Amino acid sequence: MNIRNIGIILGRELRSYFSSLTVYVVILMFLLMTGYFFYNLLATFSVVSFQAQTDPMLARQYQLLNINETVIRPLFGSISIILLMMTPLLTMRLFAEEKKTGTIELLLTFPVNDVDVVLGKYLACLVVLLTMVALTATYPILLVILGDPEVVPIATGYLGLILIGAAAISLGIFTSSLTENQIVSASMSFGMLFFFWLISYSVPLVSAGLGQVLSYLSINEHIASLSKGVVDSEDIIYYLCFIVLFLFLTLRSLETKRWR
Amino acid sequence: MIEVENLTKDYGEFRAIDNISFTVEKGEILGFLGPNGAGKTTVMRILTCFFPPTEGKAVVAGFNCFEDSLNVRKRIGYLPQRVPLYEDMKVSDYLRFVAAIKGTPAKEVNRKAAKVMDDCGLGDVSGKLISTISGGYRQRVGIAQALVNDPEVLILDEPTVGLDPKQIKEIRNLIKDLAGKHTVILSTHILPEVSILCGRVIIINKGKLVAVDRPENLTSESSRRMFLRINGNAQMIERELAGISGIKEFETAQASGEANGYIVVFDDEKRGRPGIQSMIEKNNWELMEMRPLETSLEDIFIKLVTKEEA
Ligand SMILES: Nc1ncnc2c1ncn2[C@@H]1O[C@H](COP(=O)(O)OP(=O)(O)OP(=O)(O)O)[C@@H](O)[C@H]1O
Ligand SMILES: [Mg+2]
Repeated sequence: MNIRNIGIILGRELRSYFSSLTVYVVILMFLLMTGYFFYNLLATFSVVSFQAQTDPMLARQYQLLNINETVIRPLFGSISIILLMMTPLLTMRLFAEEKKTGTIELLLTFPVNDVDVVLGKYLACLVVLLTMVALTATYPILLVILGDPEVVPIATGYLGLILIGAAAISLGIFTSSLTENQIVSASMSFGMLFFFWLISYSVPLVSAGLGQVLSYLSINEHIASLSKGVVDSEDIIYYLCFIVLFLFLTLRSLETKRWR
Repeated sequence: MIEVENLTKDYGEFRAIDNISFTVEKGEILGFLGPNGAGKTTVMRILTCFFPPTEGKAVVAGFNCFEDSLNVRKRIGYLPQRVPLYEDMKVSDYLRFVAAIKGTPAKEVNRKAAKVMDDCGLGDVSGKLISTISGGYRQRVGIAQALVNDPEVLILDEPTVGLDPKQIKEIRNLIKDLAGKHTVILSTHILPEVSILCGRVIIINKGKLVAVDRPENLTSESSRRMFLRINGNAQMIERELAGISGIKEFETAQASGEANGYIVVFDDEKRGRPGIQSMIEKNNWELMEMRPLETSLEDIFIKLVTKEEA
């Protein structure tokens, strides 16, 4: 591993990301979708809490005068799904485009280790992801100005979003290394991410032991406690393992390309 | 500097190169000749560590291309045939990127990129996006990125394709200047290019090594041909031509005007030429045109390849 080379690749990839329209469109769509969710959650919250002022039954029934539970937690849930939907569009080009245009031939004959190439590309995409996630901070900031939410669950919720996004990117960079067709790469990422997402739906249908395994594998189970403000090292480890696994697979896939 | 031993590469079932061995000395310029699909690019990709051979080994600057690939890659500059470049970068940014990734110290990067742009005549387009520059300039950017780090070994896959004549000359001079300090392997379809640039030529066909020789020997080995245009009675000319010693064979050729055109193949030019001369004078014909024909690459291929198969 060579930090300087990683930095050079990272710089080139970032420049390439932000000189194309794709990233701006993806970020815009992401903000529109998450903003729409935020608006609806907030509107529902204000209507219900307005009614609850005159109706104590309703207030007790929902126990929802807590802004963290009614706005922030569902918001993190939606943002994480939308993030999973958008990341394949960011990762699909990373290797597939280089293979299509042939630039991979020069890239792989430059004196850089494959690890540095993979990490440089991964980190560039991570920077884009962090930009996207950072832009959603407007919503909780608005809530802090307007209401009085607990700050800790917001912070850990963001940690969760970053981790789930970072995991999705590692899977995306892997599928991009498998093909020279960006659409194929994006489709594979969508499929695999939704598999990791929906796997938890099978939990009630299988035996308890298997159910535990499935819910451990599920990519969204692990942000649940983070968005409640609980940092469990098990969740963090899950995401880190996920990331390392797919980066490793990407590396192997590049190596087997050399073996063609 | 470069040693290739029993190199074989299979793409699945298909054997693209078959048991090729050769060596290149330091400072030498080696030409790689062969028809389309001969396997030139495949050999170059193995030498540049893009993929390993199926069998055999390649050693560049003392390092094995497969086991010690990073050390090899540090010492080579490579121009791939398709000239794949990052279209969304500006020429100058791209060359700075390549300089940096090839290990140029940070404070040298700008200077090296500027120098190579100067050497390759890229000053006019340095601020343009690569996607917007013309094909010839792309080729130059490709050559520039191969040269940027002053590598010991240069591997150039058809470096002068798509350049204008002036530029071809400049690039050839550039490559010529590299000889001595650098070791160069270049592939080409153009025979004169080989004669001008290369000290030695390797000819491959269908993945097999057909010949390794100096370019002079290759051209002289194939017979000399000449085009004649003579004003006179066609039948008589043909009868006379057939009788001249030193002429191996001849055939009629398209000729403008009233004169008759012939392509004459000598087996001994020194006797054949005066023979033609005296024939013209004797019959009082008019010699309209007499010029040597370039030995084409095809002729050499056909000759060598048929010799091989015979
Ligand atoms: N990736 C690949 N998969 C399968 N076959 C390939 C691949 N690359 C090249 N080949 C085949 O290997 C043979 C040699 O190809 P190569 O590109 O080395 O030829 P070349 O001498 O460079 O030809 P040209 O003068 O046209 O550039 C060709 O028959 C080609 O079809
Ligand atoms: Mg080729």
